[in-house]
Amino acid sequence: MMESIGIKYIWLVPLAPLVAFILISLLFKRFKMLSAVTAIVSMAISFILSLDILRLVLTNHEITMNNPIEIAVPWIDINGLFIEAGALIDPLTAGMLFVVTFISLLVTIYSVGYMHDDPGFSRFFSYLGLFVFSMLGLVIANNYFQMFFFWELVGLCSYLLIGFYYYKNSAADANKKAFITNRVADFGFMLGIIILFVNFDTFNFGKLAEAINASSDLALITLAGILVFVGPIGKSGQFPLHVWLPDAMEGPTPVSALIHAATMVAAGVYLLARGFILFASSTTTITFIAYLGGFTALFAATIAVTQRDFKRILAFSTLSQLGYMVMAIGIGSLTAGMFHLTTHAFFKALMFLCAGSVIHALHKQDIFEMGGVFKEMKITGTCMVIGGLAIAGIPPFAGFWSKDEILLTAKANGFTLLYIMASITAFLTAFYMFRLIFLAFFGEKRSDFHAHESPLTMTIPLIILAVFSIFGGFIGAPFVEHGYASYVYFGEPHHPTPDLMVMVSSTLVAVAGIFLAWLIYIKKAISAEKIATQFAPIYKFLYNKWYIDEIYAWFFNKIVLGISNVFNWCDRYIVDGIAHSIAWIIRTSGYKGRYLHTGSLQTYGLVIFTAVVVITLFLAGPVVGGVQ
Amino acid sequence: MITLNHYLLLSAILFCIGLYGALSKKNAIAILISIELMLNAVNVNLVAITKFLTPGDITGQIFALFVIVVAACEVALGLAIVVAIYRDRSTVEVENLDWLKW
Repeated sequence: MMESIGIKYIWLVPLAPLVAFILISLLFKRFKMLSAVTAIVSMAISFILSLDILRLVLTNHEITMNNPIEIAVPWIDINGLFIEAGALIDPLTAGMLFVVTFISLLVTIYSVGYMHDDPGFSRFFSYLGLFVFSMLGLVIANNYFQMFFFWELVGLCSYLLIGFYYYKNSAADANKKAFITNRVADFGFMLGIIILFVNFDTFNFGKLAEAINASSDLALITLAGILVFVGPIGKSGQFPLHVWLPDAMEGPTPVSALIHAATMVAAGVYLLARGFILFASSTTTITFIAYLGGFTALFAATIAVTQRDFKRILAFSTLSQLGYMVMAIGIGSLTAGMFHLTTHAFFKALMFLCAGSVIHALHKQDIFEMGGVFKEMKITGTCMVIGGLAIAGIPPFAGFWSKDEILLTAKANGFTLLYIMASITAFLTAFYMFRLIFLAFFGEKRSDFHAHESPLTMTIPLIILAVFSIFGGFIGAPFVEHGYASYVYFGEPHHPTPDLMVMVSSTLVAVAGIFLAWLIYIKKAISAEKIATQFAPIYKFLYNKWYIDEIYAWFFNKIVLGISNVFNWCDRYIVDGIAHSIAWIIRTSGYKGRYLHTGSLQTYGLVIFTAVVVITLFLAGPVVGGVQ
Repeated sequence: MITLNHYLLLSAILFCIGLYGALSKKNAIAILISIELMLNAVNVNLVAITKFLTPGDITGQIFALFVIVVAACEVALGLAIVVAIYRDRSTVEVENLDWLKW
């Protein structure tokens, strides 16, 4: 069992990027290429070890979801509180490790080209190292505590990287927004794991699963489950804590691809899969997860339809796809959720990197100022179209298989409403993605720019990701024996019977979306402006992102600040008043009392002598008086 | 016959004289002398109590010697301070030496 190098050196998987982070930030800061090479080498080490772990899991059928390898060392041991630092290796971890290290490696290589002229070049790579370390530590965690620890660390890295251009006000605001929103969610997560620990006395995933199975306290499980789910609501941008993700696009584009599309935001879904039993044990929790996910998917898709900024459209699309994954977990299919996470990581990273390539060349982000870019950027354009087809769910691209699996499960498990919502989302996804592609890459130029294809360090990762976006879905396609579902599952491997109706309808819906986008933006058979003016209230509502930010602003300005004004008054006049009065009493008594100090030693001596006499009389009185 | 009580009475009288002097004299040197008186009252006490209560021992006598030594040091120090104060203030009247106050 232990013949694998990957298992033997599992600690190196997260530690290699950490070493890179330390080396770059302490020693190599002045040497640009050395920093980049260090980061790439460390990611490559992690990637190779992860590949070996994946190989082991795929070939050794003794390692299953129900029989993982667990390696752990004591971390904190204070009486009653025992916490381990460990690694839990099962197909879920192996798959996630592969995705994270693979995307990290490609994005790091890509960044060499993208960040070329940036003054913060070395700093960027050191942050990337720190992020990958945190993310991998989170993935291999064998207990909630370790997961929470790294969960916070990825949050920190996200903060650092969103605010990478810290001299821009918008970036500074965005990173604060991301950090604070995530703090709110993490607090719920923390409360959840504290409740679990208090009741079951362990953080370990395996032991908790047994304890939860044995427990009959449904209310407790529901409460803990929902509180833990608050974590993913923040990190994976579910409604209503999604607000930070679109703003997080202020960071450099490779960061958006790595952190805010493929890996960190997917950590929430990974947590849902890892702690699946906690959520699945309570119908309330799991139903809540399903409907919140489904709603987020549709909600974000409707916003994406109206946005103008290249990266923001992708951000809303990420939110929508994360909603899909959360919904998949909620309708009871860990397999479908994780499968979609994997394929999404490929094609969304691909699209973000394409966005980076375009922005790098054009220095523009508004798609209405682009147009016709395809002619000048053939590779980027082709990759973007592949990504678009994959996310829209056109067979045989990756997104089709995973999206199909989710739709199939929704239908098979009787969630008709969610099935319909997901289908509408699929239609909208196809539409807004091709609206983006048609506006940016095709048609005539709408402003003055000179596009040129990006350097090889940028295009090669694009091509690799494009290949994965085309073929990546086959790992879970229904006609593949021993596919994704026979490795990653909950309880027993479960293959929903392929339903031709679902496949055909989802494909038709996607094609319809693309066709509509073509009619509006290429053929110009339907005028977008006319629709916008005709349905102005709806358009404005969607364009302003359902006014969620405004609601938060109102809530914060009126309610939170109002309440804090009350507390401010209490603090100023009651708490401070008491403190000041005490100080005043002491000061005044000091002023009055100082006259007792005459400065004459003889007076002091007299006082002392008098006191001695009084005390002596007091003590001697009973004796002299003959009482004793 | 002289008993312990006589010694204690002598010591008490000496102590009271010393205390009165220390609290009422104006001259710093007179105060120092009064303190010496109080110390000697204590010495008389020590020696007398040892002689009458534990005749074999000489604990009190030795202790009295210590007190004398300490008293000598104290006087040396005290006079030095008085001289220093005199140089600074041209007076050793304690009424004027009240700058240890508010």
